[in-house]
Amino acid sequence: MQTAQQENITWHDICAISEIPKDAGVAALVEGQQIALFSIAKTSQVFAIANYDPFSEANVLARGIIGSIGEALVVASPIYKQHFDLTTGQCLEDETVAVESYPVRIDNDRVYIGLTV
Amino acid sequence: MRTKKKIVVIGNGMVGHKFMQAIAKENNANEFELITFCEESRLAYDRVQLSSYFSGRTAEELSLVEPGFYEDNDITVHIGDRANHIDRDKQVVTSEKGVSVEYDKLVLATGSSPFVPPIPGHDRENCFVYRTIDDLEKISAAGKKAKSGAVIGGGLLGLEAAKALKDMNLETHVIQFSSRLMNMQIDEGGGSMLSEKMEEMGVRIHTNKNTSLIEEGKNAVHKLNFADGESIEADIILFSPGIRPRDELARECSIETGERGGIVINDQCQTSDENIYAIGECALWEGMIYGLVAPGYNMAQVAADQLIGKDNAFKGADMSTKLKLMGVDVASIGDAHANTKGSKVFTYVNGPEQVYKKIVVNEDCTRLLGAVLIGDANDYGNLLQLKLNDIALPETPDALILPQRDGAVAGIGVDALPDTAQICSCFDVSKGALCTAVSDGATTMAAIKECTSASTGCGGCTALVGQVLNKELEKMGVEVNTDLCEHFPYTRQDLYTLIRVNEIKSFDDLIEQHGSGHGCEICKPTAASIFASCWNDYILEENHVGLQDTNDRYLGNIQKNGTYSIVPRIPGGEITPDKLIVLGQVAKKYNLYTKITGGQRVDLFGARLEELPDIWKELIDAGFETGHAYGKSLRTVKSCVGSTWCRYGVDDSVGTAIELENRYKGLRSPHKIKFAVSGCTRECAEAQSKDVGIIATENGWNLYVCGNGGMKPRHADLLATDLDRETLIKYIDRFLMFYVKTADRLQRTATWMNNLEGGLDYLREVIINDSLGLSAQLEKEMQSLIGTYQCEWKTTIEDPEKIKAFKPFVNANTADSNIVFVEERAQIRPANDDERKQLANA
Repeated sequence: MQTAQQENITWHDICAISEIPKDAGVAALVEGQQIALFSIAKTSQVFAIANYDPFSEANVLARGIIGSIGEALVVASPIYKQHFDLTTGQCLEDETVAVESYPVRIDNDRVYIGLTV
Repeated sequence: MRTKKKIVVIGNGMVGHKFMQAIAKENNANEFELITFCEESRLAYDRVQLSSYFSGRTAEELSLVEPGFYEDNDITVHIGDRANHIDRDKQVVTSEKGVSVEYDKLVLATGSSPFVPPIPGHDRENCFVYRTIDDLEKISAAGKKAKSGAVIGGGLLGLEAAKALKDMNLETHVIQFSSRLMNMQIDEGGGSMLSEKMEEMGVRIHTNKNTSLIEEGKNAVHKLNFADGESIEADIILFSPGIRPRDELARECSIETGERGGIVINDQCQTSDENIYAIGECALWEGMIYGLVAPGYNMAQVAADQLIGKDNAFKGADMSTKLKLMGVDVASIGDAHANTKGSKVFTYVNGPEQVYKKIVVNEDCTRLLGAVLIGDANDYGNLLQLKLNDIALPETPDALILPQRDGAVAGIGVDALPDTAQICSCFDVSKGALCTAVSDGATTMAAIKECTSASTGCGGCTALVGQVLNKELEKMGVEVNTDLCEHFPYTRQDLYTLIRVNEIKSFDDLIEQHGSGHGCEICKPTAASIFASCWNDYILEENHVGLQDTNDRYLGNIQKNGTYSIVPRIPGGEITPDKLIVLGQVAKKYNLYTKITGGQRVDLFGARLEELPDIWKELIDAGFETGHAYGKSLRTVKSCVGSTWCRYGVDDSVGTAIELENRYKGLRSPHKIKFAVSGCTRECAEAQSKDVGIIATENGWNLYVCGNGGMKPRHADLLATDLDRETLIKYIDRFLMFYVKTADRLQRTATWMNNLEGGLDYLREVIINDSLGLSAQLEKEMQSLIGTYQCEWKTTIEDPEKIKAFKPFVNANTADSNIVFVEERAQIRPANDDERKQLANA
């Protein structure tokens, strides 16, 4: 799906797509990094951003509710409810805050996350 | 040092109390000393609401005196002591009990007394007047042994008294001397409509009856003989043919009084002695006695302002009035009888619906002079404003009272009102004051009520206040948007109806048919909660799991470090030692911080996501169920130990609490719901601070609703008294389902009630009198929820697929290294930032 900077990316096989609950998130551990994966059933998309919530300083973003604000697909932190853009990791309430976002590839119903080498 | 000015107030009724409040408010310099004589054994209480004593309000609830008011303001109260002499030369008041007090200024707020006509037999036993709480207590005691009662007098107060008889389930008669009820306020047409409605409710109305003799009855205590030869029998007689100003003290010391009673006052409320004031129903201003509370309050303010040195004068008062008599709207404005020369009348009568409306206009039909409304008084606010502000009428004035069948808006619109227009007459709130409150941030009806008190009295102005609020918000550019969120152009109540009526069972269907976008953290949990309230499916079903807030999704309460707390259900707070030991063992095994909650349960903190299923398996094996502490749902039913152990207990509060908790556990609602049950009026379970509070009395259960602790404490209101268990449960079923059906998202019952037009009375109508015809449906819906209850944790641990969702990572079983605890007072707590760094470096 997202193929930016293909040459510097290592793809990690995470799970079967069916292991991500419908229109919700799960956490994954990749090379010691905690990553939140979200599925959008309607468009069969999967997004990956950091699981760490900079406001509560806890690894919880995968447990937030996903949805849309205007055109943006977002997750709301389950602790203090700030929104993060699923594509970019940008916080919508505070432009100085963003979390890491990761490219995702789906191949043969497996979900891969790309980490920059 | 300058000595304080001594003000003595004779009479501690509503008006006397108001006067002291007005002085106390301005007495910062401690310039005045206040002393009051109170003939009754109780301090000032709300006499206007007196009849609500019979529908369950207690004497305490009727009190107008805030706790500590007299103490804080150093006011000396001679309670249960009547002032019986004024020495004007020495400026001394003496009392029945022999107290004598000097005064600089004296205020007479002696009120009025009910007039008892000298009919032979009027002094027989079981003959009462209807004026004080003491009177009511006597009536109430006599009512227990009686089957029937008669009120002599069909005016406003007489009908209030009739309501009291009706509330005691007595066969009720009203005997009126003139040809119609409330002949002072309403006309012939209105009177006959009112009679018709009253008769329908089982009150027998006898007009044109002059009672000539009361004697021993054959089948009842009394026989009332009328001048026309007819008679009726009744066990209790209430006299309410009228009131007389209590001016005897003034008469005795030769202060000027009116020919037909009343202490003469000038515009400053001064009597013929410049050091003596008279206010309220005992005062006679320009030949008028004002028997309503609002003008009395006005006089109290005027007299207080004189003493404080502020410019103010009493300029008469509008005698318009609106009230509900046994559920019937009755309103009268200005010249209700069209006595003004040349006046013209428009009348609207709707026989089947029993509505009567009349307006009286001036000769050229441009100004409103008066009105009578029976059966539907929604136009009262509008009409009153038209009259008071002398606003030009529309070309066809009858439009003001004709039903608006094509959706057109009647009346004037609040924009036409000047800022000085009084919108709330109970608390004297002007349109200008409301506008200021809105621009200062009171942008909801509840906020307006709180900061201005408007529409918290009789509630007659609620619709108008709402209109002012919306108009002001519109002007400020605030769109009055009640949409749930950007994805649904509906309120929660609308969504509830859509889901229920169209039997929608998934969010995908809901948003496809009625919304747009992907949803969000507002509409998704709201929809999930409504699905649960309607269909009660397992909340972690595939279609629902993504809708749940993290607490519901993992069936625990998330804490600041991402761990969860666990609260097993302990119904009524009753727990066996064995179960208590299990809680301790589990807490110890998983090293959980343990704390007793306010709801008589045990909260275990610090469980990691992946530990939750194991912990719950142990708890469920030991016989525990989920406590729904994570849900917007029924939390606990707190109880005191009750009659089983307590030497004061009147009924089994623990048993009732357990029954109720098991009945309503798992009920998903707009917000959390808390109950408590007390076994006697000592109220050790603090039931009056709960959404639903139940208190045992000698005669059954008293049911309180819409209380709240927390941020904005609110005392619960008494909904019904002396209920048997079956009725109690029926009312609670209805109450809860009505709340679930109509409240906004995250609206507790207290705020919900504050926003309900009509408040407690409305709620009583719906729940007790079934005014919306909903009761059977609400009970059925509740029954279906009770029948489909499941322990969500039990369902979860029995399904290996569901347990997988609690893995820390989809691709690893490693624990989250960011969760770190330190020890404090022999238990764990989350490490703070510094501690975490230190531990990482160590």
